[in-house]
Amino acid sequence: MAVSGIVLFGFVVGHMFGNLKLYQGPEAINVYAEHLRTMGEPILPRNALLWVVRAVLLAAVGVHLWSAWTTTRQSWAARGGRYEVWTPVQADYAARTMRWGGVLIALFVAFHIADLTFGTGHPQFAPADVYSNVVRGFQRVPVAAFYMAANVALGFHLYHGLWSLFQSLGWNNPTFNHWRRTFATAFACIVAAGNVSFPISVLMGWVK
Amino acid sequence: MRLTLRVWRQAGPSAPGRLVTYELPDVSEHMSFLEMLDVLNERLTEKGEEPIAFDHDCREGICGTCGFMISGIAHGKMPATTVCQLHMRHFRDGEELVLEPWRSKAFPVLRDLVVDRGAFDRIIQAGGYVAVNTGTAQDANAIPVAKADADVAMDAASCIGCGACVAQCPNGAAQLFTAAKVSQLALLPQGQPERWQRVERMVAQLEREAFGSCTNYGECEAVCPKGVSLDFIAMMNRDWLRNVFRVRRESRATGGAG
Ligand code: SF4
Ligand code: FES
Repeated sequence: MAVSGIVLFGFVVGHMFGNLKLYQGPEAINVYAEHLRTMGEPILPRNALLWVVRAVLLAAVGVHLWSAWTTTRQSWAARGGRYEVWTPVQADYAARTMRWGGVLIALFVAFHIADLTFGTGHPQFAPADVYSNVVRGFQRVPVAAFYMAANVALGFHLYHGLWSLFQSLGWNNPTFNHWRRTFATAFACIVAAGNVSFPISVLMGWVK
Repeated sequence: MRLTLRVWRQAGPSAPGRLVTYELPDVSEHMSFLEMLDVLNERLTEKGEEPIAFDHDCREGICGTCGFMISGIAHGKMPATTVCQLHMRHFRDGEELVLEPWRSKAFPVLRDLVVDRGAFDRIIQAGGYVAVNTGTAQDANAIPVAKADADVAMDAASCIGCGACVAQCPNGAAQLFTAAKVSQLALLPQGQPERWQRVERMVAQLEREAFGSCTNYGECEAVCPKGVSLDFIAMMNRDWLRNVFRVRRESRATGGAG
């Protein structure tokens, strides 16, 4: 869980920062998108490195989902009878929404790939023109709203996940323990804020 | 003060259970929670009814025998308090309380509020022995232990094995208990000879029992009557991982023949 989570975390951070090029105009982001395809050239053929990265990510997603599913089943079986009343004392919203939030994020990722990688259901999809795909895509209000909601969920998921991985991997030391929550909060906010800013900017007409 | 209790009554391990309502019109605020139940039980006995079965022993918060859910919180809402040390002055007149046993597949209900915590004993047993010198007692300070280490080891050792952590955990996980038991020895020089096999075996036993899987909710730490910290779970995980890599290295060094 933690190891695949780190891989996926690295990806969402990179993905968010890469997309900030949206604010530098059509050329910057389209060149960047093209560069992702030509990475590794001329040693490697076009798209080769991209597919290596995709394979790693797909494997990480697989491991993440599989461990989530097995541990969830184990935990659901472990209660053994229902509590008439159960009152949370310390578990925060982020911790309590890890599982359903995760499901929402998985559905979102599937939609996102269909929408902006394959162009399925996209009104005006042009494979090489990432900029206009994003802008046209987010001009559909319900889609933009879904992107925002999913990224807020991602923020919560990252917050609990980032903090948890220190526990799971045993990275625990009085000298940095108080930094773990700060680190988790900071990165969760940066990623969520960055991602949510794209649909907002399009809807507000700042990016068109 | 007046209290309404809804108590889980279950005649035996496989009997069906249900919540039964009892009215207590005259609870003294000086009673402990268990004393309040004693009074109720005396009345039930006088009426010829079965008294409510609950576990208890020391009644001073040190043995870990007592414990049940009070309105959805293990040992009730007062932090760092066992039910035997919980006083009625913390409750409001007219309050309704729901008493349920620890619910965990690993802790089957024996009767009413009493559960079988044998799974904890098996985890402790899996840890095995600690090598100590026998014979005459050695000098008090023959083995120097840094104050800071002794303090942390003592924090881990304060776990009384009550099971509240498992009962409160939405996952029904027993990581906090196991981590406390692993760490109290791993932090001391006396615990070093068997340190790695201990963590390996106790975690293996933890996984064999019907407990759930820890996702760091932090509920355990919040209800633990001894305030055992989540940090011990990280320590246990670290020792467990270090042991995995240590075993790998060694089996490479011996050509895999082990
Ligand atoms: S860790 Fe705390 S709650 Fe869990 S068994 Fe020990 S004393 Fe009880
Ligand atoms: S009876 Fe011993 S801790 Fe409560």
